[in-house]
Amino acid sequence: MSGSTAAPELDERLVHTSPLRKLLGRPELGSVVGAVAVFLFFAIVADSFLQASSFGTVLYAASVLGIMAAPVALLMIGGEFDLSAGVLVTSSALISSMFSYQMTANVWVGVLVSLLVTLAIGAFNGFMLTRTRLPSFIITLGTFLMLTGLNLGFTKLISGTVSTKAIGDMEGFDSAHALFASTLTVGSVEFKVTILWWIALVAVATWILLRTRFGNWIFAVGGEADAARAVGVPVIRTKIGLYLGVAFAAWVSGQHLLFSYDVVQSGEGVGNELTYIIAAVIGGCLITGGYGSAIGSAVGAFIFGMTSKGIVYAEWNPDWFKFFLGAMLLLATLLNAWVRKRAEATS
Amino acid sequence: MGAVLAVMLAAAGCSSTGGKRAEERAAEAAEGRAAVNTPRWTFAMVTHSGDGDTFWDIVQKGAEQAALKDNINFLYSHNDEANQQAQLVQTAIDKKVDGLIVSLAKPDAMKAVVAKAVKAGIPVVTVNSGSAESKEFGALTHIGQDETIAGEAVGDELNSRDRKKALCVLHEQGNVGHEQRCAGAKKTFDGTMQNLYVDGTNMPDVTASIEAKLQSDKSIDAVVTLGAPFADAAVQAKQTAGSKAEVDTFDLNAKVASGLQTDKLGFAVDQQPYLQGYEAVDLLWLYRYNRNVLGGGQPVLTGPQVITKDDADALADYTKRGTR
Repeated sequence: MSGSTAAPELDERLVHTSPLRKLLGRPELGSVVGAVAVFLFFAIVADSFLQASSFGTVLYAASVLGIMAAPVALLMIGGEFDLSAGVLVTSSALISSMFSYQMTANVWVGVLVSLLVTLAIGAFNGFMLTRTRLPSFIITLGTFLMLTGLNLGFTKLISGTVSTKAIGDMEGFDSAHALFASTLTVGSVEFKVTILWWIALVAVATWILLRTRFGNWIFAVGGEADAARAVGVPVIRTKIGLYLGVAFAAWVSGQHLLFSYDVVQSGEGVGNELTYIIAAVIGGCLITGGYGSAIGSAVGAFIFGMTSKGIVYAEWNPDWFKFFLGAMLLLATLLNAWVRKRAEATS
Repeated sequence: MGAVLAVMLAAAGCSSTGGKRAEERAAEAAEGRAAVNTPRWTFAMVTHSGDGDTFWDIVQKGAEQAALKDNINFLYSHNDEANQQAQLVQTAIDKKVDGLIVSLAKPDAMKAVVAKAVKAGIPVVTVNSGSAESKEFGALTHIGQDETIAGEAVGDELNSRDRKKALCVLHEQGNVGHEQRCAGAKKTFDGTMQNLYVDGTNMPDVTASIEAKLQSDKSIDAVVTLGAPFADAAVQAKQTAGSKAEVDTFDLNAKVASGLQTDKLGFAVDQQPYLQGYEAVDLLWLYRYNRNVLGGGQPVLTGPQVITKDDADALADYTKRGTR
């Protein structure tokens, strides 16, 4: 607009954007397109993929991953990583089980102690990060290794073997099982309660991200921490809060494992932290921070669940499983990036 | 052009020993057509194996051979995380398979999903680990080795070789069966036995750990590894450390067979993985065809079989083709 017309210019923030434009600008749009593509692909190549019971299995696989992917996505939007998230799930289950057993306490006591300890580990990650100014990659790598050792060392020391003792006959187990690991039958299909936990966590994470001040802080610290600090965003509190979120989800996942299987193997969980990150990235989070969404992480987890189970339903040779998984994820992410580019070009 | 060059190079540099040609000359593993005209049933096998595991590859070969004979469509899947393995069993149930083979290394994690399969009318055979839980979960039969008995066999064998101080090398943290093996060996062994934990996914680390242990304690005169690939790592560690310890191992492979022949290894305790896979499929076929169940409510044992230098010659060819 050049010239000296008297009409006042509209502020750019008040420009009206059409709903379609708004939709195209969403970070998770690309992953939704990817999810539809993956779904159609397996519907064609695997006959048993489309059964209702299979859908329950796929959703369960997605939910176990998605519960962790949502807070990990928030953390990544905040510009940080958590490599200890995978083993933290196992730690949480171990603490809960062993505390209840050794103290001969109602299992709910163990569950609450586990929550406190898990949150403390999350706080430790956040505290170390903000105090030392070292990259979170390094800090949480240290935590990851320490936890892996602690899981095994403590379990062996306390239980005498590498797995915990059964707590299925203790008081409170049944109610805890109902909350963390029960199965809901709808028609003939079985849905695990983790699917509800997943939906709830994604809903809360989305609300925080888009509707609260804390959500704005997350975007700010992930985009440019120094600038955020300069305008008065509490960077330290925000980052510690994000790590606490991951710890809380790890606690939920850990309790699910414990109350599903009653016994926990101390060596598990290693490597899962990368899967959480992958789910978040497929869902539109940028590795560099400052951009992404919680709904995207859910779509990413759903793509992962469909792929990992779809390969089995399609009866492909399992030797190639990881290759297909990797190729699928790469394709989904590429599609995601392509859709985002198109969307940015039209807006 | 490049291909021609490669062929010429290969032809110019022939090896008169070993390689692919020797393998082809060695007795081929059996192949062929179905020997029965029963309907084409689908059997799924879900194990707790990690990726690229030698032992489970042999189990799979046995199962595939039996599937070929029995006209079975055989599906194999595996995952070393309990939760993922349970999910894989669930996918087999979703597929409505005609028979299910499961390894119960983490029995508590598999309990609910195996019960589900039984409830859905799928005959289940458990394999390799879980002899104690198999019946309780509603499986027809368990086929495998009792790890405690196998461990005791090792202790006895060490006694007969006049060993005084042994090292038990555990390469898979979280495997209850491995703990039972070392505990069994400790029970019957008259000398002292220590456990050493190593990271089985990282071979150089395994070698270095055993080496450090042998250097720090010169009185160790026997090293027992729990898997064939680790026997070789122990032999290397022993040479570097200048130790006089005898290396013994669970399970077989080509390298272990040749190690027994050349006295690098003392003995091996085999549980015949080929038999575990083969029998599991065959037992399911027998059940579907004739309602036969083997074992009379007891686990069917495939081991332990103590293999020494005397037996190694006969087995060398079979280990080379990957069926022992």
